Amino acid sequence: MMPGALPSGPLALAIPEMWLAGSACLILLCDVYFGSTRRSLTATLTMLALTIGVALTGQYGLSTQRFLLFNGLYVADPLAGFLKMAAFVAMATAIFYSQDYLEQRAIRGGEYYVLCLTALLGIFVLISANSLLTVYLGIELLSLSLYALVAFDRDSGIAAEAATKYFVLGAISSGILLYGMSMLYGLTGTLDLDRLSTIVRSGPDAALIIGVAFVVAAIAFKFGAVPFHMWVPDVYEGAPTSVTLFIATVSNLGSFALILRLLAHGLAGTPAIWTQMLMAVAVLSLLVGNLGAIAQTNIKRMLAYSAIANAGFVLLGFASGVNAGYQAALNFTIAYVITTLASFGMILMLSRSGFEHDQIADFKGLASRDPLLAAMMLALMFSTAGVPPFIGFWAKLWIIQALLGSRHAWLATFAVLISVVGAFYYLRVVWYMYFEAAGDRPVPEARARMRFILVINTVAVTVMGVLPNALLRICERVLPP
Amino acid sequence: MITLAHLLTLSAVLFALSVAGIFLNRKNLLLLLMCIELLLLAANFNFVAFSRYLGQLDGQIFVFFVLTVAAAESAIGLAILVVLFRERRSINVEELDQLRG
Repeated sequence: MMPGALPSGPLALAIPEMWLAGSACLILLCDVYFGSTRRSLTATLTMLALTIGVALTGQYGLSTQRFLLFNGLYVADPLAGFLKMAAFVAMATAIFYSQDYLEQRAIRGGEYYVLCLTALLGIFVLISANSLLTVYLGIELLSLSLYALVAFDRDSGIAAEAATKYFVLGAISSGILLYGMSMLYGLTGTLDLDRLSTIVRSGPDAALIIGVAFVVAAIAFKFGAVPFHMWVPDVYEGAPTSVTLFIATVSNLGSFALILRLLAHGLAGTPAIWTQMLMAVAVLSLLVGNLGAIAQTNIKRMLAYSAIANAGFVLLGFASGVNAGYQAALNFTIAYVITTLASFGMILMLSRSGFEHDQIADFKGLASRDPLLAAMMLALMFSTAGVPPFIGFWAKLWIIQALLGSRHAWLATFAVLISVVGAFYYLRVVWYMYFEAAGDRPVPEARARMRFILVINTVAVTVMGVLPNALLRICERVLPP
Repeated sequence: MITLAHLLTLSAVLFALSVAGIFLNRKNLLLLLMCIELLLLAANFNFVAFSRYLGQLDGQIFVFFVLTVAAAESAIGLAILVVLFRERRSINVEELDQLRG
């Protein structure tokens, strides 16, 4: 497709995907044969596959140059290597946090882990997509696995309802994305994102705006940004908490890859069209997300509205239309993923069989019942609210700096003001933990292994907040101007 | 003579029909699934029309992939529908109201 413009790399660069696809099939087979007799085998094998995957990505998947594989359908660049590494680690952490939860609720099917792996494969395809076709296939692989995961707890009535809503709205957004892609294809005559960006740059067609509008709508949906956010609170609340954890963290890396490949790369030639749309979407998301979260009593639902507001921040980074903004958005996404992993890990840690621990009131008096967990939750809530010295503060600061750098002063002002409003509902959790009586709420279970990983995760949030430059340097290196 | 404009109009009509169907239908989830299929078909129609107009095969190959994915999508959609029906004994769209706030 792209004759000789870029070196076509060795197939070894695609080893992470091959390993993931192969191991998902193998684990499914193992589960069929041995799953009923040895229940923890599938989980152990999945963790092993993810660990080997990290090693393989480190060995083969990282490249310092941009390589095209499979006739230009697949791109391997520094960003892809970094995002895949992050996705592997986030996935492994998410599965680690989920194990006790799944065991207690008798969600024992080995398919759960296989679906997690295929969803991760979808994210990988999305990360390395260099053609409209690959983008579409990546999104669908991710979404189809997620629909099934949300409905996984078959006996919970609300899970089925959440899955239905997610499926119907997700399928509509895929249809809209596809319609937009067909417009882009018709106007430019190519599916290849490299060629698309060249053609668009040389002379944008006025009709292109229709195709771009469809694509932006679909992207906003995948991010859960306003006005396509209706599914987010329902799915976060209705899905099993372990699946919510997955949707809130790992799949965010996929959404980031989607917007970066499609808009920031494929349609880089006409930023004026889509940055305007993104600005409107981002401002509305910040408003609805932060105001909506205040009224919530369910912590999963509150974090869902917080996710909408944070999607607004990522989109603001892209709306700046400059490379510094994309770097800030990458930095923000990674920071958000790390913090949210621990926040939902905390809910999983505090839940026990027959008790979901999903009400904000359940946190009352946590400081007296378990000071360590309360202190960690304090750090996580402060980080998400954007209080220094935690990682979330720097993430927001760099987005705002990028906005100021691209002369969007009013957007930056708005983002700061609405963040102050948002701090209220995060601080309410802290208030409940430290200044309200525990009543007869039970002392959390010990669970030493999970506690240990949670501590490491929270320490990472704090240390990366005290020494913020390392992550920013990486973001600058993988997204060179 | 059928031109590209005719084909695009037809696909736009299909698209509008399916979106209208999704938003007007308040009774049955199965109808919603059908509308989603129609939505994908409208996009497919566009792809084939453009591919024919441009004289290249890329668009038609894309359609093969979309058809496959659409089949998988309906399978998962129907499976979720079965789970929902087992729980609620109904697939009425209006009764999906336990999650709100």
